[in-house]
Amino acid sequence: MDYSQFLAMKQEIGLLIVFLLVFLYDTFFSKKAQGALPVVTCVLFALLTAFGLLCPSVKDGAVAFAGMYATSPAIVAIKNILNVGVLIVLIQSIKWANSEFTAVRRGEFYELILLTLLGMYFMISSGHFLIFIIGLETASLPLAAMVAFDKNRYESHEAAIKYILTAVFSSAILLMGLSFVYGIAGTLYYDGIAMSLFGGSAMSVMLIVALAFVIAGFGFKLSLVPFHLWTADVYQGAPTSVTSYLSVISKGSAAFAFLVVLTQVFGTVYEQAWEWMLYAIIILTITIGNLFAMRQRNMKRFLAFSSISQAGYIMLGVIAFDYMGISALMYYVLVYIFSNLAAFGVIGSIENATGKIDMTDYNGLYKTNPRLAFTMMLAMFSLAGIPPFAGFFSKFFIFTSAAQQGTPEMYVLIFIALLNTIISLYYYLLVVKAMFINETDTPLPTFRSACSERLGLWICVAGIILVGIVSPVYDYLLTVVLP
Amino acid sequence: MDITIPILILAIPLFMFLLLGLGGVKMSPKLAGVLGTLGMGTVLVLSYYTAFTYFFSGNPLFVDGTDRLQFVAFNQTWLQFTDKLVIKLGFLLDPISAMMLIVIPTISFMVHLYSLGYMHGERGFQRYYAFLSLFSFSMLGLVVATNIFQMYIFWELVGASSFLLIGFYYTLPSAVAASKKAFIVTRFADLGFLIGILVLSYYTGTFDFKTLCSNPQAVFSSFGGATFMGASALTWALVLIFTGGMGKSAMMPLHIWLPDAMEGPTPVSALIHAATMVVAGVYLVARLFPLYLLEEASLMFVTVVGAVTAFYAAVVACTQIDIKRVLAFSTISQIAFMMVGLGVARPEIHEGLGYMASMFHLFTHAMFKALLFLGAGALIHAVHSNNYTAMGGLRKYMPVTHITFLIGCLAISGIPPFSGFFSKDEILSACYENHIFWGVWMTMVAGMTAFYMFRLYYLIFWWDDPDYEERAKENAHGHGHASLPHDAPWTMTLPLIILALISIVDGFIPFGKFVTWEGHEYTIHINWLYAGISIAVAVIAILLARHLYIRKNDNPKAMADSCRWLWEAAHRRFYWDEIYLFITRRIIFDGICKPIAWFDRHVIDGTMNGLAYVTNQASSAIKGFQSGKVQMYIWWYLIGALILGAVTAVCVL
Repeated sequence: MDYSQFLAMKQEIGLLIVFLLVFLYDTFFSKKAQGALPVVTCVLFALLTAFGLLCPSVKDGAVAFAGMYATSPAIVAIKNILNVGVLIVLIQSIKWANSEFTAVRRGEFYELILLTLLGMYFMISSGHFLIFIIGLETASLPLAAMVAFDKNRYESHEAAIKYILTAVFSSAILLMGLSFVYGIAGTLYYDGIAMSLFGGSAMSVMLIVALAFVIAGFGFKLSLVPFHLWTADVYQGAPTSVTSYLSVISKGSAAFAFLVVLTQVFGTVYEQAWEWMLYAIIILTITIGNLFAMRQRNMKRFLAFSSISQAGYIMLGVIAFDYMGISALMYYVLVYIFSNLAAFGVIGSIENATGKIDMTDYNGLYKTNPRLAFTMMLAMFSLAGIPPFAGFFSKFFIFTSAAQQGTPEMYVLIFIALLNTIISLYYYLLVVKAMFINETDTPLPTFRSACSERLGLWICVAGIILVGIVSPVYDYLLTVVLP
Repeated sequence: MDITIPILILAIPLFMFLLLGLGGVKMSPKLAGVLGTLGMGTVLVLSYYTAFTYFFSGNPLFVDGTDRLQFVAFNQTWLQFTDKLVIKLGFLLDPISAMMLIVIPTISFMVHLYSLGYMHGERGFQRYYAFLSLFSFSMLGLVVATNIFQMYIFWELVGASSFLLIGFYYTLPSAVAASKKAFIVTRFADLGFLIGILVLSYYTGTFDFKTLCSNPQAVFSSFGGATFMGASALTWALVLIFTGGMGKSAMMPLHIWLPDAMEGPTPVSALIHAATMVVAGVYLVARLFPLYLLEEASLMFVTVVGAVTAFYAAVVACTQIDIKRVLAFSTISQIAFMMVGLGVARPEIHEGLGYMASMFHLFTHAMFKALLFLGAGALIHAVHSNNYTAMGGLRKYMPVTHITFLIGCLAISGIPPFSGFFSKDEILSACYENHIFWGVWMTMVAGMTAFYMFRLYYLIFWWDDPDYEERAKENAHGHGHASLPHDAPWTMTLPLIILALISIVDGFIPFGKFVTWEGHEYTIHINWLYAGISIAVAVIAILLARHLYIRKNDNPKAMADSCRWLWEAAHRRFYWDEIYLFITRRIIFDGICKPIAWFDRHVIDGTMNGLAYVTNQASSAIKGFQSGKVQMYIWWYLIGALILGAVTAVCVL
């Protein structure tokens, strides 16, 4: 066996080391020293992130372990993007993790988060559906435990039950779809399946049902309509740190894995089969996500539906079926990380300080906490795609990539997506209106957020403002996907 | 030449604007005023230095033998859209921009100094100085522009700062209306300017003045004989560009904003609406003069517009009561003189005498008109009214103002040896040389100029003493301060004296040596035939004015009554405002805007509201979907997957 193959897995091994160090620290250090665990984790993870960004990326695609594991510059780039997001989540969660009720089991939170991230890495880097399923389950099941993290809250339990049941069911559907695929192709290697589907000669009902089931399986992780129904309840019930992780990192990794599976494995049946499936799903997802988001008054539920419609926009990069689509998708995920984490950061710090979570509680926030209100406004503008913030550029690139095909139906799709951005502007601005315009006699008291929360928000604000304007970011993402 | 000084000339006023605009509220008014004045004083010194270096140093960069050259101090690319569509910001020195570098800082500095006294105690004193700095910056940027687009940018900045200054007393509805009117009318004209720029650069592929003007024939051939509606495209471009100049320089029929702009503080009127901004149109035509020479039709257009405006404004000026309005119409008339001077200039007639004369008149007019406006400001300051009916006999109370105002009147009337005589005489000579008709016409207007200026002078300083002592006593009961009209403090009289001295001597400047068409040196010869005619006409007009207005009598009223309708029409400025109001209200608003507004309100808004309604209804219709029951979630999940597969299978296979 050639042990040098392990070198291709630098990032996974690094993450594993971080996980083990955190685990050992949590297990063997004194109660007193454990207070520093969140900070230690953040530092270790920051080192890992820096390592990922600085270490020479793979020049060409590398394949290890007989094609089970694959990596490429684009895969390294998306892992780096996820690392940045996880780092922000970790920083923002420090205060919550050290709070009275969670301090006892904060170690679990960090260990589980690192484990799920490892699962996502494998999901992205697999070259074989077996590894993929292992990665998917590693990423899904610990999340249920994280959703149930607030043991004493009823909603947390309910959310966890809903999450685990839907997760299991979706895995079953996905596995069934994959077994059909195995029946058609006789292999589970990505390359092998792509070869046997080549030329579209294998079109059959079985393949279409298999594809529908695979899409449904991914639809759960990405919360695409109609596989999204769990999202709002789970987001609302879970602790805010977990919700932000769920909505950003879990979604971003699944989006990329979905892209890899659809383009690499089923790329040859794009026009015959999944283009139209995805087309319908995108329209449904964006529209229905928006229609629900309009009526929400609970901020976390509101962001749940907003993230559903954002997932629809992300899928535009998949349906583009083009290298520009890949870079636009990665860029969108990066921007989405900053924007959504800024929103969750504000929600989290308000929740930690006052326990308030309704949009009506935000009335007059500008008067008492102008900086938080301003950050929230930036996040909302970026999510809505208002220039010059990063969200505008990410939407612009992803629409451009979808328009590359130049077919009329793509223009129709983009038009519908654009109409939906108008609807989304309405509800994003509702939040801004609440904070800046609505008058109230009982605004939230002025408070000072924790240092860690402010650091996280600063990073997000910098990202929102700079990622769009500093053009090398997108240029870099474009170079990594070029053949 | 070092580029530090050119940059500083532009940077100091800009910095002052930012400093006073952002930090003004935190400083005392006095400090803000002194800072602004000192800043302008520095600019004055630097631009004098630059202009004198340009004219006198004999550096081969600036002068080749006897020809003066265009010199680009710097030209920085600002926006690069394509290879050809490049917008640069730079600093161009040539005879006319160097001349403007003397005119603008001089007047601006005088106004800064004068305003220390005139605006003393006004609310927003710091804001006033900030706007003055902004205006000076924009105007300097305009005259040193290296390309037509830079000129346009600063042109708009000038318009914006003029808007801010006219509306300085923003609590007065009339000032607000005047500022809006000025802005809208000039913006409307600027639309023509912009289209003209685009047409010109579309064909020539450049904005740069040096490229455009150094080889007019290339410009001509680049148009390739393109025509539009019977006139060549080049004529269209030039006429449209001139439209922008008509707006800023208040030529008929776009003159209506200038009299109303007198609602602004009087020093502002002196700076903007007499000496600097309103000559921007003249400057623009002079800058592009080699192109105008290519098309006889465009120069003819300039001449006719100028001649008509000059006459019209002179007639109206004879019947106004508000002294600032008399000066405003006199300004319009004098700027029209400059336009005519450019319009009749031809290289073959005395090497473009009209061009030189026009620039000379621009220079002298700036000085004596600023003097007259500042004098009017001193009068208004003293009697607290704009109307001459509240004045009369003031020579006894305000000797300094009296003498300086008289000098200004003599200068504008063209009496030697005051400056106006020399410049106006050159313009008249150029007119006669071009065609006798223009010469006679403009001589007549010059006579009217002398008449209305001395009508004003006698009505203010002679006529009848309306018993100031009586009035002062009444005021003492009412307002608690009893005082006779008196000369203003030194900050106000000093600029008057300086400008009066300049107006006496600056006619003797051998202008032909410095500013001429194509930079050739040219010695002015006074043609005593034309000069004699114009002096005779002016003296007759002054004597007539003296006869009518030197002491209170009923003759002027009787004269007006004998031709009531004409007097009334002239007094109402020949109903131009009414015509404009009719066109905008009845035709544009009622005919075009209202139907569009109806369409917007009912069809567009209706569609949008309908969409919003549908969205809202859809949203509430599907809310049951999110039931909270996990078994239903999974049921929908399965149904969704199956439908997805089934529909695709049916469609694809």
